[in-house]
Amino acid sequence: MSDLPLIQADRAVPPPAATTTTSGRRRRLRLLSRTDRVVITLMVLVPMLLVVGLVWLPALATVLLSGTNWDGIGPFSEIDWVGLKNYDDVVNIYPPFVPAIQNNLLWLAALFVVATPFGMFLAVLLDKELRGSRFYQTALYLPVVLSLALIGFVWQLIYSRDQGLLNALLGTQTDWYGDPHVNIWAVLVAAGWRHVGYIMLLYLAGLKGVDPSLREAAAVDGSSEASTFFRVVFPVMRPINIIVLVVTVIESLRAFDLVWVINKGRNGLELISALVTANVVGEASRIGFGSALATIMLVVSLVFITLYLATVMREGRR
Amino acid sequence: MSRPRSQADYLARLVPPSVAGLNRRSLLAGAAGAGALLGTGLLAGCGSDSDSGGGSKTVSVGSNASDPTPKDVLAKLAAGFQSSSGVQVNINTVDHNTFQENINNYLQGKPDDVFTWFAGYRMRFFAAKGLTGDVSDVWGKLTGFSDAFKKASTGDDGKQYFVPASYYPWAVFYRKSVWQQHGYQVPTTLDDLTTLAGQMKKDGLIPIAFADKDGWPAMGTFDILNLRINGYQFHVDLMAGKEAWTSDKVKKVFDTWAGLLPLHQPDALGRTWQEAAQSLQQKKSGMYLLGLFVAQQFNDNEQDDIDFFTFPEIDSTIGAKALDAPIDGYMMARKPKSEANAKKLLDYIGGVDAANIMVKGDPGTLVANSGGDTSGYTALKKKAAELVGSATEIAQFLDRDTRPDFASTVIIPAFQQFIKNPKDISGLLTSIENQKKSIFTS
Repeated sequence: MSDLPLIQADRAVPPPAATTTTSGRRRRLRLLSRTDRVVITLMVLVPMLLVVGLVWLPALATVLLSGTNWDGIGPFSEIDWVGLKNYDDVVNIYPPFVPAIQNNLLWLAALFVVATPFGMFLAVLLDKELRGSRFYQTALYLPVVLSLALIGFVWQLIYSRDQGLLNALLGTQTDWYGDPHVNIWAVLVAAGWRHVGYIMLLYLAGLKGVDPSLREAAAVDGSSEASTFFRVVFPVMRPINIIVLVVTVIESLRAFDLVWVINKGRNGLELISALVTANVVGEASRIGFGSALATIMLVVSLVFITLYLATVMREGRR
Repeated sequence: MSRPRSQADYLARLVPPSVAGLNRRSLLAGAAGAGALLGTGLLAGCGSDSDSGGGSKTVSVGSNASDPTPKDVLAKLAAGFQSSSGVQVNINTVDHNTFQENINNYLQGKPDDVFTWFAGYRMRFFAAKGLTGDVSDVWGKLTGFSDAFKKASTGDDGKQYFVPASYYPWAVFYRKSVWQQHGYQVPTTLDDLTTLAGQMKKDGLIPIAFADKDGWPAMGTFDILNLRINGYQFHVDLMAGKEAWTSDKVKKVFDTWAGLLPLHQPDALGRTWQEAAQSLQQKKSGMYLLGLFVAQQFNDNEQDDIDFFTFPEIDSTIGAKALDAPIDGYMMARKPKSEANAKKLLDYIGGVDAANIMVKGDPGTLVANSGGDTSGYTALKKKAAELVGSATEIAQFLDRDTRPDFASTVIIPAFQQFIKNPKDISGLLTSIENQKKSIFTS
């Protein structure tokens, strides 16, 4: 608290002579003018209200609604409480649920094991200032600029069974989007294509910030390129690595647009987010059931958020 | 550049000249002005609502006719109504899919006096919930509608809640030139159809074009098989959740379908209906079960080459007279601002003058009122109108005949599962039945 007076100290109202006898705590408060106090209160209150109103209340409402069978019609007083029935239904009689969980995990694994390392690899290559590196950089980053919905459309032109580019080039008749054993991989290629560019740019920015003298020192000590990267550069980039990790997890949890554009998340492309949308949004209005799915998604996200926060806080304490 | 004398001076210099002229007060005034502009804009958007409240000389229509042709037709209908009755029509057009997806909120809020909708379960559901108005007295004045149309406009309580405007039938489409070339005959029984399809296979054609990437086209196949095997009443009861999906009757539908699947275009789940229709247009497929809108995928000079037959008979005691022919039309809000005007408008829409406007304005639909002058119809449309006119019962298509949550979250994945793996029918039907019980009891 001792640094509080530093805030616009020059404009603070000087304490009137009469109050000099009051306690020190009061005096310190008085150092902030009334306007300052109003401003600070507003700056705390407004964002708090926004966060509570737009994040916490809807989240809480989702959890509450997941215990009902509301169909979106009629007043709240007519909502029937059905307890855990929706969860029971989700797990036991809703066939798309298990594939959705599997696909979300597969998505995470594919981005984590393939796309992210590949993006980092490209960043390292581009950091070498190859000829035309600007061009490669732009080309690789381009997919990130396009919306996932547009990407879905672009790949549809490539993957279409009867009229697509891929089958025309290969002379095959593979049903890239329709065959449930194939389509998730086809979509992962499309999603990865975009993810690689994103990670590449993030990582490249980090690499540019690494002190060149570290590399020089490593080179003088006779370290090879690879061991310089893994033993010197990679550990120095720890903050960026964490960001990349978090971005990868977020991207795989919120994966939605691509599968929705392709076939509304059905037939092999089930994802939790798509199931939530299919049930809640639109004419279907299975609000209670969809909320149960959304709550499950919230719990899954919380696991990752907790892990992340725990790591970051441990960092901060160190 | 002189040195800034104080911090405030220094900060003031950072502001680019283009903005420097504005002080905080004028900015606020500008924001308020912009706000006022936006506000009036929004108010103007809602104007039709607030204006029409006072006088009895206006009526508002909520329209999902967002495509140019239907939008134009509705505008002409409104003009026609205005000149005949003197009541002004305000049309609020919303994107077709958005309108459909927001219908729950729309009807519970302040809906327009009259709005576009479809016949079927959903129509009856809204009527039963009291979200739409009874228009039985309008029906008392309407002429030119067959009993099938009246049945499709009637709610669960026996009153009418809907005025039909246009419709299109589902049938098996083919190209005349292809059939002439190979000497194919229209099949009248399922066995004929199977034999014909087998012949097509030998002739190097895909017998039945098929696509189900979007999930709904397969409903057409299920519907027609169910109508032929179990009849219209069973279809209605099954859709209403009264019959069990695990019953032998449903099983028979799927068994028949499984028998026909090898004659369908393979890998349907990755294909859109447009692509399947193009395979028919390119003479790669022999026939295609779809709605009349399949004609959109044909060139203008090929329109005369399109022909169709209704799906052949499977059970002679049931016959082949029922079919899917979704009907589009209009409903009235539960509390219209001017009920008299709303009913007058519905009366006009159901009348012969309106039917004539629709025939002229939109070549893509069939008019529900048989009194309309249909001399402008193409041969294809004439035949389609005859087909529906001779139908004993008209079903509305699976997703219009049942709860939308059941159709979209249960039936679509289940049918796609069946197309993937037609062998495990009883497991699939048990899964559908379990979900149906959960949804329909809630």
